Amino acid sequence: MEYFVIIIGSIFVSNIVLTQFLGICPFLGVSGKLSTSIGMGGAVLFVMTIATMVTWVAQYYILNPLGLGFMQTIVFILVIASLVQMVEIILKKISPSLFQALGVFLPLITTNCAVLGVAILTIQKDFNLLEGVVYAIANAIGFTLAIVLFAGIREHLDTMDVPRLMRGVPIALVVAGILALAFMGFTGLV
Amino acid sequence: MNQLQNFTKGFIKENPVFVLLLGMCPTLGVTTSAVNCLGMGLATTFVLVMSNLVVSVVKSQIPDKVRIPAFIIIIASFVTIVELTMQAYVPALFDSLGLFIPLIVVNCLVLGRAEAFASKNNIGSSLIDGLGMGLGFSFALTLLGGLREILGSGAFFGFKFLPGDNMLVFVLAPGAFIVLGYLIALINKLRKA
Repeated sequence: MEYFVIIIGSIFVSNIVLTQFLGICPFLGVSGKLSTSIGMGGAVLFVMTIATMVTWVAQYYILNPLGLGFMQTIVFILVIASLVQMVEIILKKISPSLFQALGVFLPLITTNCAVLGVAILTIQKDFNLLEGVVYAIANAIGFTLAIVLFAGIREHLDTMDVPRLMRGVPIALVVAGILALAFMGFTGLV
Repeated sequence: MNQLQNFTKGFIKENPVFVLLLGMCPTLGVTTSAVNCLGMGLATTFVLVMSNLVVSVVKSQIPDKVRIPAFIIIIASFVTIVELTMQAYVPALFDSLGLFIPLIVVNCLVLGRAEAFASKNNIGSSLIDGLGMGLGFSFALTLLGGLREILGSGAFFGFKFLPGDNMLVFVLAPGAFIVLGYLIALINKLRKA
């Protein structure tokens, strides 16, 4: 039951992009086409899950026993940056086809604040390791849902007659606002 | 380019938020009130100026291959300084900005300026660039936050001047996207005129 609440809560009620404003850069940057947005979602799911696991272990088995809690930001960003690099190298060796699909998105993920944000939130919410992993996966699904929905709408937007000044980013932001309005309907679900 | 242009470019011509579209997460996330925005803007400005300074000082010592990780460590150290200082002296602001303080680390504006400007220019220009960009960022944030506060809660910097409930949607999440969208359209119009 508890896991169910975490999953529904992070996908719909407090969607990471549309209500918590994390990962806005890739949300606006790679949502032009449906296929690239699905690739980005997959890469985020992969990295976010592993990053949350590793940073959880680093927090409870390295930082806390040594009393180095204030180093959290520096350690977490370093862990995520090196992890992304490592995933890239391993993926290239083990599964070239998966690397082809996700490769271009991996370097972008280091500066995706959703990954660092979820890692820090997992610690702030006092989750245990399993809850943290579930939380990370659910948030990644929420991210993918938002970016895929948004990309679908943007593909249609290209053929619409938008006022000249609103073309491009402005109309995309207004559409994102309406999407966020729709997600507000989930408030109070869990 | 003289130093004055270098300083003022961050406000309109190359405004990080409205034109370069960098640092969107804190822009949308913390702009529920003007006070929050000013706090966030100044915190980012401090990190930006200090990291630009340090990067431009040590740029010749850093091997090209590891420069991005090195920049990230420099930025993360200053973010930790800001985090601890704010927690000690302005705990209320620290609580309302919450997660977005440690997330200055991954603000693409800070890393972007270190990589695009400070690693190629001398100390003086880098300092001025950091200050101009940081203040331009604060200006954009405060403009957006002020508008949202006026529309959404009928107040400005906490002083309530319109009675009753206002258009609450503007302080909630959807308002951030919509107000920013219209602001960017307006700035585009001004820049072309």
